[in-house]
Amino acid sequence: MDAAQPITAADGTPLKKKLAQAMFRSKLRATGLVVPLLAFVLASFVFPIIALMWQGVYNDTFERLMPNLTEELRVWDGVSEPTEDMYAMLVADLRQNRADKTIGKVASRVNQELAGTRSLFTSTARKAKKLEPPYKESVIKTKKKWGELKVWQAMKLTNQSLTPGFYATSLDAVQTVDQGFVMKEDKRQIYTKLFVRTLMISGSVMLLCLLLGYPVAYLLATLPLRYSNLLMIMVLLPFWTSLLVRTTAWIAILQSQGVVNDLLVWIGITGDDSRFSLIYNMTGTIIAMTHILLPFMILPLYSVMKTIPPSYMRAARSLGATPTRAFIKVYMPQTVPGIGAGGLLVFILAIGYYITPALVGGQDGQLISNMIAYHMQKSLNWSLAAALGGLLLGGVLVLYWAYDRIIGIDNMKLG
Amino acid sequence: MSGLTKKIVALAGVSAFVAGNAVAAELTVVSWGGAYTKSQVEAYHKPWMAQSGHSIISEDYGGGIAEIKAQVESGNVTWDVVDVELSDAIRACDEGLLEEIDHSSLPAAPDGTPAVDDFLPGTLHDCAVANIVWSSVYVYDSSKVRNWNAPKTMADFFNTDAYPGKRGMRKSPKVTMEFALIADGVPVSEVYDVLGTEEGIERAFAKLDTIKDDVIWWEAGAQPPQLLADGEVIFTTAWNGRVFNAVAAEDQSFEMVWDGQIYDLDLWVIPKGSKNVEAALDFVRFSTATEQLANQASWISYGPARASSVPLIGTYHDNPAIKMADHMPTAPGNFANALQNDFEFWADNQDDLNERFNAWLAQ
Repeated sequence: MDAAQPITAADGTPLKKKLAQAMFRSKLRATGLVVPLLAFVLASFVFPIIALMWQGVYNDTFERLMPNLTEELRVWDGVSEPTEDMYAMLVADLRQNRADKTIGKVASRVNQELAGTRSLFTSTARKAKKLEPPYKESVIKTKKKWGELKVWQAMKLTNQSLTPGFYATSLDAVQTVDQGFVMKEDKRQIYTKLFVRTLMISGSVMLLCLLLGYPVAYLLATLPLRYSNLLMIMVLLPFWTSLLVRTTAWIAILQSQGVVNDLLVWIGITGDDSRFSLIYNMTGTIIAMTHILLPFMILPLYSVMKTIPPSYMRAARSLGATPTRAFIKVYMPQTVPGIGAGGLLVFILAIGYYITPALVGGQDGQLISNMIAYHMQKSLNWSLAAALGGLLLGGVLVLYWAYDRIIGIDNMKLG
Repeated sequence: MSGLTKKIVALAGVSAFVAGNAVAAELTVVSWGGAYTKSQVEAYHKPWMAQSGHSIISEDYGGGIAEIKAQVESGNVTWDVVDVELSDAIRACDEGLLEEIDHSSLPAAPDGTPAVDDFLPGTLHDCAVANIVWSSVYVYDSSKVRNWNAPKTMADFFNTDAYPGKRGMRKSPKVTMEFALIADGVPVSEVYDVLGTEEGIERAFAKLDTIKDDVIWWEAGAQPPQLLADGEVIFTTAWNGRVFNAVAAEDQSFEMVWDGQIYDLDLWVIPKGSKNVEAALDFVRFSTATEQLANQASWISYGPARASSVPLIGTYHDNPAIKMADHMPTAPGNFANALQNDFEFWADNQDDLNERFNAWLAQ
């Protein structure tokens, strides 16, 4: 047989081609099985996140609803006296927005940039129909504030649809027309402080979970089955209980007329008028969050410890190590993947926590997520919420990357 | 049979006839929960359902216009009638989130006074019809023996030397900042002028600084009576109807201090795109009629928004000894030093002051 002749299948087609066909079909089948999940993740996770992130840098309310004034503001330098043309376009746009009932949207958007301008827009819009040229004069007559340069500068800023302004606000800075970004005065700064506090509380919760969870996981992994099963149920039972129930239970336990304080007064550790403040502050947040996140530390630790053969410790002891030394030198290094997994899990969950701090946090136990919820639900400044969320997401990704560089993500074991 | 009753029976007959021809609608009416919603269910929902043949699902929420905005903008409106605060009603209306309500369609007073003249000044708006006047006051528990004189003024609330202990306040700059200025000696007529200046804001925060370590912040209206009953606080700011309910229905011995009270309105609004606009309008008209508003006042101590309802206010629904008129925010004895919430000030400054308030809290 000629060596150059390709091997063929029974029907005469080259075997290579036949094989590729068969492989393609099975690949197609495999892809078909994955597609639903992929589509689900894209539609319900990736796309909404991208859409929300986009809101953090893009807000076209002003440009869309005030088209005529937008063009005028584009060419305005931002420091000279506003011209009659600008006022005329302002009136034209206000009339249109009044008719369409969209003036509130414009007013809210500018009010985010400069407080106290909401009623300026809504009240002047109500009168816009009757205003006559020269508009500059008649507009300023309705409200003196229209003559102030800072109102026009605020409009010039909101006029940029693609804006770094919300990210600047998230970092306690203000965007200005003539001086770039300026930090807010100290007592008005809030978000940077909350970011730092969120990291600190999450870090403390993670450490506490590790300290409390490590011995429990060790017991779970080493006790005889009948005891460890009971212990496992005690770990899992709270895990299956509603988050709200557990949080409110902590309120009942920790409040100043609660169980713990009553007990302390009864023993005589503290007086009846000097009960401890254990809740509605940072202490309460840390205690409740530690309790709620504890299983997320214990379970990965347990799954790792379960795989460590007890013979290693026995070997170390037989070679002369003290129990402590054997534990530190032989046992602990083998649990690092569990510590890493549990720590990362607890930390990342803690960073985004918001129901528990909202209920027990009081004034100094609030986290950045409470601020995000506030802007989503109350102030309706979704762009700012998106910017804050974007920073939080970025922070988590940086931590993840750092973890990967230092410990290595392949070393993590979730179960 | 009095003229009024005749009229109502006739009206009921007509509505029943109209409703008989229409398909029964299911209306979702959203309000603030607790004793307040109960008063509305008893005085508005039940009689309206009996009369119109429609049914009502009552839902609770925590205020704000976020949900209305989300529903209207996503085109999936499930709420038909919502009870909102004035500044929110104005803001939502400006943003085009609400149906307009024709004032001439509202029922006239029994003596024939048209609705626009019968409603108290400032209670009718393009998209909203007020039902009650409510008030923020502060309260203490007189059953707990303490060695201090009963507090009388707003300044006493801030006086930690004479009245040591924790205080409950609503976690919001609204009302809180006004209280601080009133306590600091600003006359109620000048509060918003002062608060409109940078120095005024600083002054309010400086006053709040003096009690900051002693404050427990509450968020839901049901919390303050609970905090007080549990002994967690010695004073708490609260909504007067909730306190009244704790006194009348739960036998608590709470005392309200009316000095420096800040009153505000609750209004009905209809989200734009509601699937039952006609039924919703009918419900709004029915519930803001003279008699219904007066009836509601026998369940909770909030003042009716119509002048003609005031003489009809009776006694508490299950205790004839309690005359409701004495417990209204607008009762002469309570109204001596009162301030009306300035919705325009808050519509303008809410975002900014909220941010500063949150920054102040976090310090």
